[in-house]
Amino acid sequence: MSISAARALKTDFRSAPAAESVIAVRDLSMSYGGDALALRNITLDIPRNRVTAFIGPSGCGKSTLLRCFDRLNDLIEGVRITGNIEFDGVDLYHPSVDVTELRKRVGMVFQRSNPFPKSVYENIAYGPRISGERSRSVLDGIVERSLRSAALWDEVADRLHDSALSLSGGQQQRLCIARAIAVEPEVILMDEPCSALDPIATARIEALIHELKDSYTIVIVTHNMQQAARVSDYTAFLYLGRLIEFGPTEQIFTNPTQKETEDYITGRFG
Amino acid sequence: MRGILKSGAPFIWLTGGALATSLLMIGGLLWLIATQALGIFWPAEIVELALVDGGRALGQVRSVEEIPGSDDEMRLQLQVGNRDLYGADFRWYDDAEVRTTTRPQEAVLFERREWGNFYGFVVELWRGEERIAAGEQAWPELLARLPGAAQLAERIQELERAALRSVNDEIEAVRLERRRVESRAAAAPRLAEIDERLVALDARYDELQAELTTLVEQSRLEHVVVETADERRKQIAVTDIVFAYRPNEMTLPAKIGLYASKLWEFVSADPREANTEGGIFPALFGTVMMVLIMSVAVVPFGVLAAFYLREYARQGMMVQIVRISVNNLAGVPSIVFGVFGLGFFVYFLGGNLDALFFPERLPAPTFGTGGIFWASLTLALLTVPVVVVATEEALAAVPREHREGSLALGATKFETMWRIVLPNALPGILTGLILAMARGAGEVAPLMITGVVKLAPTLPLDSTWPFLHLERKFMHLGFHIYDVGFQSPNVEAAKPMVFATALLLVVIIVALNLAAIMLRNRLKRRFSTGVF
Repeated sequence: MSISAARALKTDFRSAPAAESVIAVRDLSMSYGGDALALRNITLDIPRNRVTAFIGPSGCGKSTLLRCFDRLNDLIEGVRITGNIEFDGVDLYHPSVDVTELRKRVGMVFQRSNPFPKSVYENIAYGPRISGERSRSVLDGIVERSLRSAALWDEVADRLHDSALSLSGGQQQRLCIARAIAVEPEVILMDEPCSALDPIATARIEALIHELKDSYTIVIVTHNMQQAARVSDYTAFLYLGRLIEFGPTEQIFTNPTQKETEDYITGRFG
Repeated sequence: MRGILKSGAPFIWLTGGALATSLLMIGGLLWLIATQALGIFWPAEIVELALVDGGRALGQVRSVEEIPGSDDEMRLQLQVGNRDLYGADFRWYDDAEVRTTTRPQEAVLFERREWGNFYGFVVELWRGEERIAAGEQAWPELLARLPGAAQLAERIQELERAALRSVNDEIEAVRLERRRVESRAAAAPRLAEIDERLVALDARYDELQAELTTLVEQSRLEHVVVETADERRKQIAVTDIVFAYRPNEMTLPAKIGLYASKLWEFVSADPREANTEGGIFPALFGTVMMVLIMSVAVVPFGVLAAFYLREYARQGMMVQIVRISVNNLAGVPSIVFGVFGLGFFVYFLGGNLDALFFPERLPAPTFGTGGIFWASLTLALLTVPVVVVATEEALAAVPREHREGSLALGATKFETMWRIVLPNALPGILTGLILAMARGAGEVAPLMITGVVKLAPTLPLDSTWPFLHLERKFMHLGFHIYDVGFQSPNVEAAKPMVFATALLLVVIIVALNLAAIMLRNRLKRRFSTGVF
């Protein structure tokens, strides 16, 4: 199938998710300065309270796309963006948008767990404190709730005031998820959250994602196709900065419409 | 051969050798300073030389060397002291001149407040016109009187330095007030009141002066009659004696005790005899205080500049030029900073401060002359590149994940910097401070024209309001070394002081650095990497 045919299909995918969309991406292109485009004419909708996975080979633009959703790419000098992204119907890149407010509504979990060199408690309380929460009892409540949501409470309840860096790698990543939850976002973006973890820790994170999806919209970037198949409801396949195919995960993995998708998920390249 | 080169072994030896040589040189330097410095406080034996020509000489052997151009003939340098009688402290004697060498048990050494050491024998002890003891009785009697004499001397000094001075300062302050009031209209009632206070203060001053005169007279009362090796007699007031001992009959523990008290005197007392004797406490105090004021000035300044350069400024040509310029500042000769400090801080800032806040004292300058504040600011300027560079590196080393993690939680850039970046960079910033302190504490040249003096009558910190006197001139160990070693009329006598002061300067810098390093390590433990 030709590229133009794929574009035609993509238009159909837009309406494919039955659920209401949270983030609507329209004809998005982006470059890190220079002529090469990191993203080319991407259009897709992220459904609410579902897990959407971005898959694709290294350098295909899936992390770049993810970082557009909370405008972390703004930090890099020379980035140019065309097209638009709407979050709950509001243009994300409109000059009147308060970036810090946006980032409170869109949480992010990074590839390498990055707890701050502070105590477990302070890590979780960081976001609420930034938002102006001072009351100790309220903070205590948020910390406990967040840690419970991230299935970490039982493991760290008795060492809340130890350094977060004394936790294991998997615990640190769940701490980062708890930290993101603490500011009560609507969407949680996860950038290869398990790539540095062992299979057991990975399994726990995946179980956690399942639990969280009732309350949050989750977008996850992953290298691991089994993981995408296990945790996601929708899957988008990106290749060389283009969205090749987007649809319900089951369909993408069992009956892809595009040849590149099929080649990739059957392991012929990537 | 190629195999050896390929294995890298020669390179290991080369690098190891370079390190070893550096360590050896540093160790040698410290060893030289330490041995030269610590030796002088030891109460060495007093020897009496009977000379071939019938003369006698008494003193401590300071060095022995071969006479140049002779075979195996030696000569020795004797510290004969008694500068008031002989004119010079040291004499050389060839071995051929000396008939016999003895160590008389009863030979005494006085370290005096004036005229340096005295070597000789105690003959009699007098109180006014009355002879208290003579011969062997005189020595224990003298020892018994020394503590009382020391107290008296201290009291005199306290009167001169503190009591009289503070009354004097008060009188000066009231006079200045009078001058201020005079310039206003309808000043008459206030003037009368001020004059009243002046009279009272003058009376108080006279009172103290009278007390001082009595004390001085009292201190002249007791004196010893002493005899030198060549049988000249002399009177020495007991209050003039700082230490009196007979090294030839002292036991080892006694010598160690004396050594410790002399060492303590060196660190804690004021200098005597144009700085060549006594202690160096004012210089020690001045050095530490200057470094502290410098640190307080340089850290906020350098850190803020580095934050702007690294975090806010748009990284481009301009910032690169600024960065290179800042780095080059570190290479500007320090005397140039001194000249800048003199022109800008002392004359411009100081002159304007005087005109604004202390007009009644003009033309006598207050801040318009060198002082510890200006010297510290000059050094702060000198060391600011060190802090800027270290801080920039520390900021660059804060992991990007931490910044992004904070921003992703909705923190602004400022909140991220304040709560995440700054604590992370703090150990690195302190490293910059340590380097700056090490550099600043050792500088002398810029200080010489911005406020250091040979002898400062008062410390920059004391008990009179406002306690911290930033405008005062101060003494500095580095300048002290230069002054004592090269500007002293009695270079030979001052040589041990040079080494001792140098050793103390090294110790002070090490101590300041250690304190900063300990603080840094504490912060490191608090803020960064645990292990897993």
